[in-house]
Amino acid sequence: MSKNKVSVNKVPSALAIGIARGGLEVKQFMRQRESVVFTLAFPIMLLAIFGSVFTNELTDGVTFSQYFVAGMIASGLVNTGFQQLAIMIPVERDFGTLKRLRGTPMPASSYFIGKSIVVFVTMVIQVALLLIAGVLFFGVNLPTDPAKWFTFTWLIILGSAASTALGIAFSVIPKSGRGASAVVSPVVIILQFFSGVFFVFTDLPGWMQQVAALFPLKWMTQGMRSVFLPDSFAAQEVAGTWETGRTFWIILAWLIAGLVISIKTFKWEQER
Amino acid sequence: MSSVINVRGLEKSYGSNKAVAGIDLTIEPGEIFALLGPNGAGKTTTVEILEGFRDRDRGDVSVLDTDPGVKGEQARKWRNRIGIVLQSTNDAGDLSVFETVAHFAKYYSNPRGVDEVINAVGLTDKSAELIRTLSGGQRRRLDVALGIIGSPELLFLDEPTTGFDPEARRAFWALIQDLRKSGATILLTTHYLDEAEALADRVAVINQGKIIEVATPALLGGRATSLATVSWKGANGLETERTDNPTALICRLTETYKDEIPELTVKRASLEDIYLEMIGGAGVEE
Repeated sequence: MSKNKVSVNKVPSALAIGIARGGLEVKQFMRQRESVVFTLAFPIMLLAIFGSVFTNELTDGVTFSQYFVAGMIASGLVNTGFQQLAIMIPVERDFGTLKRLRGTPMPASSYFIGKSIVVFVTMVIQVALLLIAGVLFFGVNLPTDPAKWFTFTWLIILGSAASTALGIAFSVIPKSGRGASAVVSPVVIILQFFSGVFFVFTDLPGWMQQVAALFPLKWMTQGMRSVFLPDSFAAQEVAGTWETGRTFWIILAWLIAGLVISIKTFKWEQER
Repeated sequence: MSSVINVRGLEKSYGSNKAVAGIDLTIEPGEIFALLGPNGAGKTTTVEILEGFRDRDRGDVSVLDTDPGVKGEQARKWRNRIGIVLQSTNDAGDLSVFETVAHFAKYYSNPRGVDEVINAVGLTDKSAELIRTLSGGQRRRLDVALGIIGSPELLFLDEPTTGFDPEARRAFWALIQDLRKSGATILLTTHYLDEAEALADRVAVINQGKIIEVATPALLGGRATSLATVSWKGANGLETERTDNPTALICRLTETYKDEIPELTVKRASLEDIYLEMIGGAGVEE
């Protein structure tokens, strides 16, 4: 080949492209005003509704708002990752976005990295706003113990990674972008009810608790309770402790499962 | 110098339907090569195999000396050298033209200049505008910009002007002819015969999964030597004669009519006539 430019430069790394995609996706997200408002304000609205309806204290010093804010943060992990991606990716598949990307040197891993970045960024903003609103208006107390903030940090990172991976994995199920929401949203809502987001987990029927224990949201919610509720409350959990170690391993297992399924089944195009 | 695309005995079936039934194809560096064929002829399947989007059942395929089925890091190196302009995509409406082109530039080892590419496709005035404000034709130009940003050695253009008004099509053709000057090889699929005629060095007609003929647009289907149809208004109304020597016929008519031959027309087969005849479609005389 008598081409003038023999490529001396190497193809950019998957990580570099992934970070560029993350920046681009955050920019796109921020420009979709309706979805920004909905994603960021909806958890606060829910907190306001539930905080006004249930004004009782669960035990001494633990208000329902305090219990609920832990559930809402865990839900946020599922909403911004799993739900958002399992709905958005089929839309991108329908629009031909994915097919176009497939025709470039961008590898699937860069696409996944970009998605995890946009999920992480939106989730951090959502959690920050929720906590600010909780503290200012609903009497939510923030933990003071650094160990609790440590748990909080790894829960957020591991949880959003697992949620991202599972969202990508689940995105092969909806047959079209238009139908995606109808397939994905019920899964999320049912999981929220079963996992003790809206109600006190131990008040739920036993079978519901056992079903919930198979899925990561229950563990994320319980983990967040260990951050936001006093340690004395652990006695009221199913196991009588926070089960922090088990929580870590179960979410990690879901992350790995999500990654493996994503890599094996990811579809760039809807088969006709 | 090896060929850019080399295909031998390509076959692909979907269930019992043989979409591609043994295709041979060679495309040389710097060529604009058009693939013509009716819907369902195997055109899209063939191109998608060449683009690495589909597996094949049988046959040897080499694109830039690489098997398009290549995976992993090798696939990235190969894709770094090709550009693909798909049928229109409808995404990323919330980004500006510049942001989108600049982002895609980050995927390649030797991207062209972002402003230069935007200018080449005639979108400089729209550079800062959001994609969702673009017209269909402008969006198509953006698709081309994204296809060429990586300085590809080979560009795939899939039905690039579908839905264009005539003026936009002419402008688009000029853009493609400019691209040829950069030395890129172009594989074009199109429904429009005039488009193939205006742009392509060679044309392949594909039907029922096979290539019927490969030729320059002027020679396709024996077009250069096909009979001309001469018609004029004679004593008994419109008269028509098919001849391989229309000049001699007109000389004869000139003697008969002395002055103007009433309503004289000389018509040669258009590329479209030839094409329709080749694929067994309607609309051909005889």
